Amino acid sequence: MKLVFEKRDPVPMSYRVVSPVLAVLLAFLLGTVFLTASGFSPMKVYAAMFSGAFGDWYGISETIVTAIPLMLCGLAVALSAKMLLWNVGAEGQFHMGAWGAAAVALSMPDAPAWQVLPLMVLAGVAAGAAWALLAAVPRAFVGVSETITTLMLNYVAIYWIEYLVHGPWRDPKSLNFPLSAPFSDAARLPMFGYTRIHWGLIFAIVAAIAIDLALGRTKWGYEVKIIGESPRAARYAGMSIERNIIITMAISGALAGLAGMAEVSAIAGRMTRQLSPGYGYSAIIVAWLGKLNPYGVLLVSILFGGLLVGGYSAQFLGVSAASVNMLQGLMLFCVLATEALGRYKVRLVPTGAKGASQGGHGEGEAEANG
Amino acid sequence: MGESNMLVSILAAAVSSGTPILFAALGELITETAGVMNIGVEGMMLVGAVAGFLASVRTGNLLLGVLAALLAGGLLALLHAFMCIALKVNQIVSGLALTLFGTGISGYLGKSMIGVPLPNHFRSVPLPALSRLPVLGPVLFNHDVLVYLSFVLVPAVWYLFYRTRPGLHLRAVGESPETADALGVNVFRTRYVSVVVGGMLAGLGGAYLSLAYAPSWIENMTAGRGWIAVALVIFAVWNPLRALAGAYLFGGVEAMGFRIQALGLRVPSFFLKMMPYIFTIVVLTVITASSSKQSSRAPQGLGRPYERE
Repeated sequence: MKLVFEKRDPVPMSYRVVSPVLAVLLAFLLGTVFLTASGFSPMKVYAAMFSGAFGDWYGISETIVTAIPLMLCGLAVALSAKMLLWNVGAEGQFHMGAWGAAAVALSMPDAPAWQVLPLMVLAGVAAGAAWALLAAVPRAFVGVSETITTLMLNYVAIYWIEYLVHGPWRDPKSLNFPLSAPFSDAARLPMFGYTRIHWGLIFAIVAAIAIDLALGRTKWGYEVKIIGESPRAARYAGMSIERNIIITMAISGALAGLAGMAEVSAIAGRMTRQLSPGYGYSAIIVAWLGKLNPYGVLLVSILFGGLLVGGYSAQFLGVSAASVNMLQGLMLFCVLATEALGRYKVRLVPTGAKGASQGGHGEGEAEANG
Repeated sequence: MGESNMLVSILAAAVSSGTPILFAALGELITETAGVMNIGVEGMMLVGAVAGFLASVRTGNLLLGVLAALLAGGLLALLHAFMCIALKVNQIVSGLALTLFGTGISGYLGKSMIGVPLPNHFRSVPLPALSRLPVLGPVLFNHDVLVYLSFVLVPAVWYLFYRTRPGLHLRAVGESPETADALGVNVFRTRYVSVVVGGMLAGLGGAYLSLAYAPSWIENMTAGRGWIAVALVIFAVWNPLRALAGAYLFGGVEAMGFRIQALGLRVPSFFLKMMPYIFTIVVLTVITASSSKQSSRAPQGLGRPYERE
């Protein structure tokens, strides 16, 4: 017998919707292998995760709180990926956004909210965009791989924050913990009711709608789409790829910067190194699972927020926090695999006269019949 | 006297700091020469580091540790190879998935190993006679066996590429898979093998960190070295000998940070820690700008899945 992959084109719409769901289920299934191997009962772990994340109102609200930075960073990654730009630097842009916002908050301790909050948003957005531009400019004009530069800039941003909270920004009253002075109440983004869900959620929803409209209805959106599909065709049509790289990456960085601003203002209330458990990296997976669609990103962010919150609950069973990262990484592989398999019809065919394909299970045998 | 001692110690440190990057870059170079892009080096290094450490602690045998690292890096690479060669997915995204998964699983597996001491680690073995040479002796010939292995590996890869038939096939597969296929080279098999070998070398680079350089297991201990290795391949224009020079240059920047601190200069350590990353960006920009006309030196089939007609 032999596995034969036949191309099917186009991929049925139903499959495109089903494939991310399939991927998530597959990742959880693979996760059971790792959990079982290290002596945990997968069902118990998953049950603890689920009830921690979605089991009561508190869990649900915390899931949404955690989803907010993922939404904004996920939108950042998805937007640039539409143009085949790999912004792996949302983590750094997030931290620089938080830095910009914190700089405003700390320098205006007596200003009223209507003054300080808009300025914090502005500073966070600008700092995030500027950080992304450090990679976008060499990419646009020289062709330097933005994947590597955006990632390198993450480390620079994080050491910059560490320097500040260990040095000039350290609060003398923090008992030697690396923390800045707390912000004034005016510099805290408001929360809803008794939950910690904050205005960042509105930022994220507005951003998703704005991106969706801009991509569908503006000249810029049209150009991004064409460049993403065929840079060459875009060039022939007279579009400036350089300009679009700059604009798109700046918006992408601004979104991640806004996430940092919201997190430091609403949740932390002071500058710290502990702002993010890797939101900028999870955002890559979120963007891909959300099929680069703004609303898809919002939806998947809630799932991932739940995964992180549930992960904390699972730690009471002795499962390490790293298991959540592992599960997330598996999900990206699974979504890639299910997407790819969707392009093919897989059939088992009895081997003919040509002799069996020995070894493997048809890995190298991807035969495409037009 | 003091100054020359200082220089020698920086150069020696540059070699050992550069070695993990060198192994990983050499692996990526082989992978890319066959036409497959694998930016998951960071993930493979981490998995190599944790696997090497785990196996060494459990068995007390460093060589088994190295073997485990090779195996772990190779296995992860095999996953990437399957995704890219058979399923033809986007190689950048699959590489990112590899990094994220590698980071996660290494943290998961290494949880119990944090703070555990290694029974023994790779120590310096001064080479007889050679290590007594002035300057060159302490810089090059007073290291552990893994460093010496890298000395052998670099010319070996160069020889393989440019002087042997399999090397010619490898380069042909990366340049023009269609032509290579027409000439009877098995494109799929060549690519699988080179991706897996590349992953094994990345794993070895990780093991160098956990078994010789640090020697310990710390979560995310590669700290971006895998990405620097990917950048280094571009810097080296896919030439193993230039990869060696580049790795030591990057190692030197890292080593310099430590030495400046030791000198007691009042530069905050956080700025020194930024140096290798900033250096990577600057060097990459300069190299890309100055070689934009010769960008044809990258394997022409790089990143393009091969589909048989």
